[in-house]
Amino acid sequence: MNETRSSQLSPQAPIIAPGHTFGSVTDKISSIVLTKSAPIPWYVAAFIGFLCTMMLFYAITYLLLKGVGIWGVNIPIGWGFAIINLVWWIGIGHAGTLISAILLLLNQKWRTSINRFAEAMTIFAVMCAALFPLIHTGRPWLAWYWLLPYPNTMGVWPQFRSPLIWDVFAISTYATVSVLFWLVGLIPDMATLRDKTVHPLLKKVYGVAALGWRGSAKHWSRYETAYLLLAGLATPLVISVHSVISFDFTIGIIPGWHSTIFPPYFVAGAIYAGFAMVLTLAIPLRALYGLHDFITMRHIDNMAKVMLVTGLIVFYGYNMEAFFAWYSANQYETFMVWNRMTGPYWPIYWSLIFCNGVAPQLLWFKKVRLNLKSLYAVTMAVNVGMWLERFVIVVTSLHRDFVPSSWGMYYPTRWDWMTFIGTLGMFVMLMFLFVRVLPMISIFEVRALLPQAKVKEAPAE
Amino acid sequence: MSQIFTKNANTLARASLVAVVLAGGVFGWLIVAVPRSDYITRVDVPRPQPVPFSHKHHAGGMGIDCRYCHTTVETSGFANIPPTKTCMNCHSQLFTNAALLEPVRASFRNDTPLAWTRVHDLPDFVYFDHSIHVSKGVGCATCHGRVDQMPLMYKENTLQMEWCINCHRHPEEFLRPRDQVFNMQYQPPANQIELGRRLVKEYNVAGVQQITSCSTCHR
Repeated sequence: MNETRSSQLSPQAPIIAPGHTFGSVTDKISSIVLTKSAPIPWYVAAFIGFLCTMMLFYAITYLLLKGVGIWGVNIPIGWGFAIINLVWWIGIGHAGTLISAILLLLNQKWRTSINRFAEAMTIFAVMCAALFPLIHTGRPWLAWYWLLPYPNTMGVWPQFRSPLIWDVFAISTYATVSVLFWLVGLIPDMATLRDKTVHPLLKKVYGVAALGWRGSAKHWSRYETAYLLLAGLATPLVISVHSVISFDFTIGIIPGWHSTIFPPYFVAGAIYAGFAMVLTLAIPLRALYGLHDFITMRHIDNMAKVMLVTGLIVFYGYNMEAFFAWYSANQYETFMVWNRMTGPYWPIYWSLIFCNGVAPQLLWFKKVRLNLKSLYAVTMAVNVGMWLERFVIVVTSLHRDFVPSSWGMYYPTRWDWMTFIGTLGMFVMLMFLFVRVLPMISIFEVRALLPQAKVKEAPAE
Repeated sequence: MSQIFTKNANTLARASLVAVVLAGGVFGWLIVAVPRSDYITRVDVPRPQPVPFSHKHHAGGMGIDCRYCHTTVETSGFANIPPTKTCMNCHSQLFTNAALLEPVRASFRNDTPLAWTRVHDLPDFVYFDHSIHVSKGVGCATCHGRVDQMPLMYKENTLQMEWCINCHRHPEEFLRPRDQVFNMQYQPPANQIELGRRLVKEYNVAGVQQITSCSTCHR
């Protein structure tokens, strides 16, 4: 057992399990979509997701009727769950872009099996994320004039010097590029599904999505160019989006926010959270649909390694925050860190350190990385830890600022929880709908990884 | 395998590209144009009133000063609508039997005010004060237009914020000497900018930064 594992994990090991042909890859992946029934767990998960989505709609409707007063936010903590969840969700999205863009440019072939559903995850996470600032405005239908620059009848533009506006551009650019990247990458697979399905209506639907793809050399050449260009466009976004999100905090002068370490450690945290979420989804999906041949232990090991690296960067960030609070000799900074460690929210801070700093140290051990149960436990710890991190940043910084007269406490209400859990459900529902109607693994890219796909040049005579 | 799409699908696909661009353009144009249309702003649309009162006749033809009826305009935030008694000052003697004026007489007899339809109605979240504008040299006609030429009252300007703030950003383009505020025939001189700058100083008009601050109008 150990021998097969280690042979599987050597750098020369094939990224997909041996013994596949072009036909078997195509059949295996497309059969998940082109079937009349889905496995029972699919129905269970999608239904729970659906129920939570309904709860989300209920919570939002009540919010729009009553106003943000139903949430726990109040001065001095004006940013509660809404901003915590925004940052958490947008961070989760980052793995998709990293896998699809940066790993593509770096020629990391192992990205192929996981990029499609990681990109889908990105899009759904961005949808959940973008929802929060919108509903946080209370009256979203009035918000768009100060979010979007258009020649409105008030003769004023949004405040371009505010990071909140940069946010709008960062998130909308990110969403646009992610969707484009995803759709362009789907084109050849749409054609495969169009050709494989027997249902006349589905043939038309997939046919429209395939944009007339015939697989000619010209098509492939244009496709490769477009995909590479989009990857180039998406690459800076991996860095920029979460940097801009971190500016929401760093531009403010609140101790705990006004810090230059935020952009790099937010980006690392985003990739950390994103890979944790990819693993959270990949491990059950792989088991549910028997995709062990395509998402091999090598993929899982690689993702765990990325988590370890980014987790160490994030942990370094926490340590530097504490170090500079001491080194700066600034009493407000010192108090902020001390308050985090020993103040009213101390359990959250220490849980964060445990989940994000201590638990991932287990990933140094190959045994932990290759044991799905222990790895899953670590990824769940990271999912929780990254959420706690945003809670600590948003709440503990605001609740004790410079003047003790403006101190306060933040307690989420059931509406906060319903909205948050609702987006989790919406994410699950969208994810399961996606695996049902679109190939969750890129068929044509996996085909290209087969040994048969390597065409040897004829030796020159 | 038979073809899924007929040959005209190619044309449709190309046309859809053009359609998306066109739809985007139309949408952009709608966003800009609809909120500024007369349909939304009610500019140039006379409102039905209980009595078809003509400013053209009274202010233009008769030459009655604005302040004869709107007595509080110089001292109060609100330029008042005159009580029926003000009408009856003249109309107890003039056109005493005109059917058109029966609502006025009925209002006077029954001691119930006339229910005029308000034409210049700012949103409730806007604080507007007539007296400060009058005392800093903003003419009546600058905002209300040539009321002395309006048979029935209508809005000359949109009263939208971009219109308000245009003047708050460049007050020197619109100010006139105080003694010309109620002059309906006033024409700005050729050296308006020069005059405006002088008046801004003379009347101690607050700096642009202050009068374009949010809380100047949204208190």
